[in-house]
Amino acid sequence: MKRLLALVGVALLALVPWLPLGPARLYILHVLVLVLIWAFVGTAWALMGRFGLVSLGHGAFLGLGAYTTTLLWNFLGVSPWIGTPLAAGLAVLLALVLGYPCFRFRVVGHYFALVTLALGEVIRLLIIAERDWTGGSLGLTLKDAGAFNLAAIQFADKRIFYLVALAVWLVGLWVWWWVDRSMTRSALEAIGEDETAAASVGIPVTGFKLRITLLSAGLTAVGGVLYAQYVTYINPGTLAGIGVSLQIVFAVVLGGMYTLLGPTVGTALTIALAEYLRVAFGVRFLGMADTIYGLALVLIIIFLPAGLYGGLRELVLRRAAPPRAAT
Amino acid sequence: MLSLENVSRTFGGFRALQGVSFEVKQGELLGLIGPNGSGKTTLFNCVSGALRPSAGSIRFRGEEVGGLTPDRICHRGIARTFQIPRPFKKLSVLENVALAAHFGHMTREPDAAARARARDVLRLVGLPSDEAARPGLLGAAGLKKLELARALATGPALLLADETLGGLDLEEMRQAAGLLRRIRDEMGITIVWVEHIMATLMRVVDRVVVLDHGEKIAEGMPREVAEDPRVIEAYLGEKLVLG
Repeated sequence: MKRLLALVGVALLALVPWLPLGPARLYILHVLVLVLIWAFVGTAWALMGRFGLVSLGHGAFLGLGAYTTTLLWNFLGVSPWIGTPLAAGLAVLLALVLGYPCFRFRVVGHYFALVTLALGEVIRLLIIAERDWTGGSLGLTLKDAGAFNLAAIQFADKRIFYLVALAVWLVGLWVWWWVDRSMTRSALEAIGEDETAAASVGIPVTGFKLRITLLSAGLTAVGGVLYAQYVTYINPGTLAGIGVSLQIVFAVVLGGMYTLLGPTVGTALTIALAEYLRVAFGVRFLGMADTIYGLALVLIIIFLPAGLYGGLRELVLRRAAPPRAAT
Repeated sequence: MLSLENVSRTFGGFRALQGVSFEVKQGELLGLIGPNGSGKTTLFNCVSGALRPSAGSIRFRGEEVGGLTPDRICHRGIARTFQIPRPFKKLSVLENVALAAHFGHMTREPDAAARARARDVLRLVGLPSDEAARPGLLGAAGLKKLELARALATGPALLLADETLGGLDLEEMRQAAGLLRRIRDEMGITIVWVEHIMATLMRVVDRVVVLDHGEKIAEGMPREVAEDPRVIEAYLGEKLVLG
């Protein structure tokens, strides 16, 4: 039954680009593609985040991914089909270099968050410093390969990108679900709560933390590639550093990191809110979007610690099943 | 089975353990006692891998285990409980124990088998094994049992039990002590049992090692040790009368 519902849902989502969306069709599609890409990135982040591995530097993996494929394409003409695995591989390597010492020497909690925060900035500054080939803070435009080029993964038609983003997002959800239903989830949950106790029952703590971090980093890099291919323009401000890293975290916290669809709902809401405020206020109240967004975040952290989606889901489930008496 | 040779551990300038040596024989129920701060838990931490010994050697079944990571030591067959229970609160009681059953061995057990064994162990210690039972609903005695169940589920040859009686009332203490005995007698698991309340322990164990200020001050049968003047002194003159 659940499976059927999911299938119907996916089919409906796949049909969206062919619905009569009115004059704003292209704009709506554009926003939806962005939502799917960032929801995928948020889901990848939540793979770690839900187990207490809070990374404030996922922009590093995002930027690394985007710049790897774009540079390879622009300078060497290497297709992103080859570039993407390379980008993911590089991100995994970076995560390994960062994660292994952290986990081996028990850099946990706030300290881990600070290390990742620095990582995001380091990558951003590196991109800016290597301005001869990265374009520095001005960014880089993906070399045009025509209106429809499968080898270059460039499509002028937004409907195709919508489908690509939808597929990638589904893969992200599948990975999340796959981790969630395995013994790995219990093990990581145990590690997140008490590393010493987890190790004492034979759980290889360092190995597990490392694996989930590498997975999350690799997927995030793919998200970066997708963004670069879609927007065809990248710069260190939007794809690396603190800004984008925190944006990912906020969206996921808003939606809820403990549920499958939490990151997606959070991302959709933040993007919708930002777009709405941008359209409604224009340039009259600069910073209004951020203020409302920040306020919403504070309220949600206080009143719905499981996130908007996670919290509401809990409420509905509790309503549906009468509470069991504690024994 | 387990032999410690000159094991020391320092924290900065503080010597928590100084050259401790003793043997644990196969099938033995050994009591490890000493006043607060005498180094009992530090010794457990060194044997179970939570701490790396500063010096000395710890051999288990003839192989050096000192300095291995805790998960490796667990896979070799040494399990421990914690003095203050450390359950995984987000998981059910069953999942807590099933995790230990799944990951506790050299080769990982399939989920279904791990769950089945977790249920057996929970039944043995007398805890509910249904999916709905959460650690948050257990009292002090229940949490101590959960510690034991989790350790047993890893299928150990040697169990390090840290203050299994702490915080329990008299009846619960008697039950817990009886349980440890049964674990040794029926499952053939060698046990090192730490306790700072001596009375109950002395009636159950085969042999006692006494620590004070990080040093071994006595070793022997419970009766002999209870008469030892150094032990009496370490416990501030409180002489133990065995019934």
